[in-house]
Amino acid sequence: MADRQRAGSRVDGSRTSRILGGGGAGRSTLIAVVSTVAFFGLLILLVTSSPGWPQVKEQFFDWDIFKESLRAIAPKLLVNVKIFLIAEVFILAFGLAIAIFRSLPGPVFFPVRLSMVVYADFFRGVPTILVIYLFGFGVPALAISGVPRSEFFWGIVALVLVYSAYVSEVYRAGIESVHPSQEAAARSLGLSRTKAMRFVVLPQAVRRVIPPLLNDFIGLQKDTALVALIGPVEAFRQSQIEVAANFDYTPYFATALLFVAMTIPLARFTDWLIARERRKRR
Amino acid sequence: MRKTLALLVLGAGLVLAAGCGGDDEGGDAGGTTTAAAASCDKGSLDLVNAGQLTIGTDNPAFPPWFEGKGEFEPWDPTTEPTKKGYEQETAYAIAENLGFTDAEVKWTVVPFNQSFRPGPKKFDFDINQISYDPKRAEAVDFSDSYYDVEQAVVTLEGSKIADAASIADLKDAKLGAQIGTTSLEAINDRIQPSSEPSVYDTNNDAISALKAKQIDGIVVDFPTALYMAAVQLDNGKVVGRLSAQEAGEYFGVVLEKDSPLTECVNEAIQKIKDDGTLDGLEQKWLTGSAPVLG
Repeated sequence: MADRQRAGSRVDGSRTSRILGGGGAGRSTLIAVVSTVAFFGLLILLVTSSPGWPQVKEQFFDWDIFKESLRAIAPKLLVNVKIFLIAEVFILAFGLAIAIFRSLPGPVFFPVRLSMVVYADFFRGVPTILVIYLFGFGVPALAISGVPRSEFFWGIVALVLVYSAYVSEVYRAGIESVHPSQEAAARSLGLSRTKAMRFVVLPQAVRRVIPPLLNDFIGLQKDTALVALIGPVEAFRQSQIEVAANFDYTPYFATALLFVAMTIPLARFTDWLIARERRKRR
Repeated sequence: MRKTLALLVLGAGLVLAAGCGGDDEGGDAGGTTTAAAASCDKGSLDLVNAGQLTIGTDNPAFPPWFEGKGEFEPWDPTTEPTKKGYEQETAYAIAENLGFTDAEVKWTVVPFNQSFRPGPKKFDFDINQISYDPKRAEAVDFSDSYYDVEQAVVTLEGSKIADAASIADLKDAKLGAQIGTTSLEAINDRIQPSSEPSVYDTNNDAISALKAKQIDGIVVDFPTALYMAAVQLDNGKVVGRLSAQEAGEYFGVVLEKDSPLTECVNEAIQKIKDDGTLDGLEQKWLTGSAPVLG
């Protein structure tokens, strides 16, 4: 995890932007512009001059269908946002709990550590789509009284289970990145093990892992679309409905843009956090 | 060094731009070739695989449209054709009218949402309970009807809509349907229930949800409804059919847009309609009754 972070801060750290190539002079900017225009010009030419382009254009980029489907799809994006926000709260809590349990020292806690390892291995190993199917259709079919049947509920449960496993590993890396001398110092001041964890280790650990945590949440935002498999109509499902009604793929393109628009703010926010962290440490 | 590189990139761009420019107007040359009044002579047909009629359908293909070796078993189109089921037999009847022997008919797996993918098709025609719709017909060709379809509602005995007698009785139901089907449109446009319908990738997923009591009922085409209630569900029940619409819904085979084969398939369908073949197949595979929900 520390590696990821370091790589991140290196990109943002250099004084001139890496994207423009650095070096400073106006000449480099010119070269960058010319090369960019040539590159993208070539790409566009290559695509638009291909023999299948007229049909692809008609079936993927139909402006009328784009406008019409966007109107139908955009409200459904709220379902994704709702799933995402509810799931995120539980994931943050469960992930942290798992990471802390996994860091418990001593032989007494071996079974606890073992179950946490098994949990993380299992749910990181099973494809999310399978977990959603198994929980979405399997658990309600047991017909246990008092257990909710809502597919919306079980979709969120599945996402929480899978992402808690990922997120617990992120937290754990953060906890392990705090130098043991920190805990030793805290203990020598008379803090209990729990208090040392709570007031010394965790605050440092969590601050360090915020960027990779947000990275996982960008992934979660996209995976909310998987919940559609067990019934709820969200943005992706609505676009499938539009596609099947028109036999035209433009609604997929519209949905892709909506998802990008939703994830970009979080991605930029992550970059900003990384840069700020970097400035602070200097 | 840098300058040379930049010039090279720019130069390459210009050369390619010039090279490609000429092609632009001719871009759709290879696209659509509508042979006016094409001959339906077997030898002159433009086929995916020469000498063979390649027919697509989804895998697994379900009764009563396709039937595997055993009774009520789905058929896997990658295995030996069974020549059983309404659509499979209709496909062979069309093929025969086009002059193909049974051995010259080859099946290929085409999931529903691949049937309208842009670009060349890997089938000569696709037969997979696809309803005609004018908007869909802008992307692909549809043949004339080989089956006029009605929608129906399936549920489990004892569910809250098991005794529904009218569309009004379905208003409070949570209904489900398969993605991309006209069944979903039927829920939204004709039943208009108070809770939003659930949508599934396949009818099997909808059945799982029905069994898990996440939905009260499934809307599907009537013959599939009969099969679901009789075979796929324990205690399944067809609540009823939705009364036929003014502009009747029908299944047509799907062909590549502007395919010269479309007219030939239409002629073949007309022939098997006129000689009673389709009626016979309907009697054989698609009989069953259920009340009409007013």
